[in-house]
Amino acid sequence: MSAPAAPEKKEKISVPFDYNKYLRPNKLPHIWCPGCGHGIVLKAMLRAIDKSGFSKDQICVVSGIGCSSRTPGYVDFNTLHTLHGRALSFATGIKLAKPELKVIVVTGDGDALAIGGNHFIHTCRRNIDLTVLVFTNAIYGMTGGQYSPTTPMGSQATTSRYGSIEKPFDACEMAKASGASFVARGTAYHTLELEKTIHEAIMHKGTSVVDIIDACPTYFGRMNKYKSATHMMEVLEKDGTVSVKQVDKLPPEKVQGKFLRGVLHKDERPEYCEQYASLIMEKAKAK
Amino acid sequence: MAITMTKGQTGLTGNAAIAIAMKQIDPDVCAAYPITPSTAVIEDFSSFVADGKVTTELITVESEHSAMSACIGASAAGARVMTATSSQGLALMWEMLYIASGMRLPIILTNVNRALSAPINIHCDHSDSMGARDAGWIQLYSETVQEAYDNLIQAVRIAEDKNVLLPAMVCFDGFITSHAIENITLLEDEEVKKFVGEYRADRYLLDTDRPSTYGAMSLPDVYIEFKHQQSQAMAGAKDVVVEIGKEFGRKFGRTYGLFDSYRLEDAETAIVILNSAAGTTKVAVDELRKQGKKVGALRPRLFRPFPFKEIAGELSHVKAVAVLDRVDSMSGFGGPLFNEVRSALYDNEKRPRVFSRIYGLGGRDYKVKDALGVFGELEKVVETGKVETLQKYITL
Repeated sequence: MSAPAAPEKKEKISVPFDYNKYLRPNKLPHIWCPGCGHGIVLKAMLRAIDKSGFSKDQICVVSGIGCSSRTPGYVDFNTLHTLHGRALSFATGIKLAKPELKVIVVTGDGDALAIGGNHFIHTCRRNIDLTVLVFTNAIYGMTGGQYSPTTPMGSQATTSRYGSIEKPFDACEMAKASGASFVARGTAYHTLELEKTIHEAIMHKGTSVVDIIDACPTYFGRMNKYKSATHMMEVLEKDGTVSVKQVDKLPPEKVQGKFLRGVLHKDERPEYCEQYASLIMEKAKAK
Repeated sequence: MAITMTKGQTGLTGNAAIAIAMKQIDPDVCAAYPITPSTAVIEDFSSFVADGKVTTELITVESEHSAMSACIGASAAGARVMTATSSQGLALMWEMLYIASGMRLPIILTNVNRALSAPINIHCDHSDSMGARDAGWIQLYSETVQEAYDNLIQAVRIAEDKNVLLPAMVCFDGFITSHAIENITLLEDEEVKKFVGEYRADRYLLDTDRPSTYGAMSLPDVYIEFKHQQSQAMAGAKDVVVEIGKEFGRKFGRTYGLFDSYRLEDAETAIVILNSAAGTTKVAVDELRKQGKKVGALRPRLFRPFPFKEIAGELSHVKAVAVLDRVDSMSGFGGPLFNEVRSALYDNEKRPRVFSRIYGLGGRDYKVKDALGVFGELEKVVETGKVETLQKYITL
């Protein structure tokens, strides 16, 4: 791109970050394919958690089923690996029972938006304090590359040999429309920016959704003729997105057809667990 | 994938063979959602759809709940419908399984057996299909790739029989049968087409001349009559399974019955076991027969309806029986196959001693030595006339 997205000046990480303190070394190596972006996202998540100051015991990471959902196995927090599509329901239960926990849901596009789509919109609607990280790679990676609800129209998958004819979801638009009070997008390519976005999402009170564009070179890449994992990252993540901070400065043709990156929506509205607690207190007083 | 093609035989994985059977059956509608280890069935089949080899409408839905719902809708509309799933996928279909059978819709489902969560596991056991054993579906279990292929083709005829009209699932072992390549003889497309014929639903939603309704509210005045009819149809399905198995044998040379008996004629002890593990058991039987021991094996093919009379007859002369389940029904009283077999034997004048062994959960290997161990236990039971341990886990 002629006008590279220049995120604002960042402090350089001079000391190598010690990921090991957040990992379960006996669960490694991970199952992700060479070139998969999930590891980059995981690292950004760990740095963001570190920055947030929460202790390991204060964090609970919940997932459903899929490639991204293997994350809780590798990280040394309270973790729960559940059923396909249901991570948000389990997480809602955890948050209601223990509101003091910081609950982070790690999910994929198929998990969150297809089989678990119903839970996704209702979680956003309630504005319960969960951080939802959607690893969007536009494909079902774990089961062999079927098209997902975010597969772009015309793209190949094992179940769309002549190109998908279904209109994909925009996870951010959906989250915003459903009532999430923090909606953002990042990519594995812009890893430092992603770290900052995830950190902001963790610190936000209410449902915070981060749609993370991430490449699956094994299935989506091969079937859609991307030359390599890096080529895929450059096309989809670097050139395929525009920072929301720059969008006003760019001519419309440079924005068209691209995903916006950064915090796309943020509002302060009552959080579900707090409302729940205050309702109980109010009724208790009335007696 | 095909690897050889000699004398009508070819090498195929279980999933590939099922996809080919589906291609040959050419159903009107297939709705599915991917899940390991059954994914390759629909993956191969979707290629047939894309290449125009079938006329099927393939609906790639957003969950198994929706997959079975779409199958029910399509079947009620008069279509021949098929799908495939495993484990959690079948579990997510639970609610609809009962609707399919209650509406008497002859949907055909391939269930590639895989353990249920938690903890999550993708390997073989029978907790998925055994959990659905009372859902009103006909259940056929398959030892080999060949049998899985043949069962699927027969299942269409069984389910659609006018006296049955019940959904049917064909089960075979995840990874062991689904992903391993075995020799198999495929039928010609024309042969399958002729065998399954064209499906014409008697009553269907799109029949505007004779409008009908499915699943409408039935209160205490009629509900039990519906269930009574369903129960009778299920019991009667057994004869249809035998008939179709014979017809299949007449036409293609491979006859199928309610179960597969292995060297049982004069056996004193026997193992009853489902699916691929029967093959391992047969090797143990052969080894012991060489030593002059009178042992045999029985592998039920039809589990729902359960052929209790025939199985009781087949085991009537056996002194001790071990029933091996690749699932624990968590009842504190052995596995589901054990319970059925033991109950079936109750009316025999001379009842054999029966015990339950649970093996191979979550894909744990079941080896010849495990079968030999069980036969050793059986021998002891015959000697002492007593079952010391009624139930326990093996292959731990």
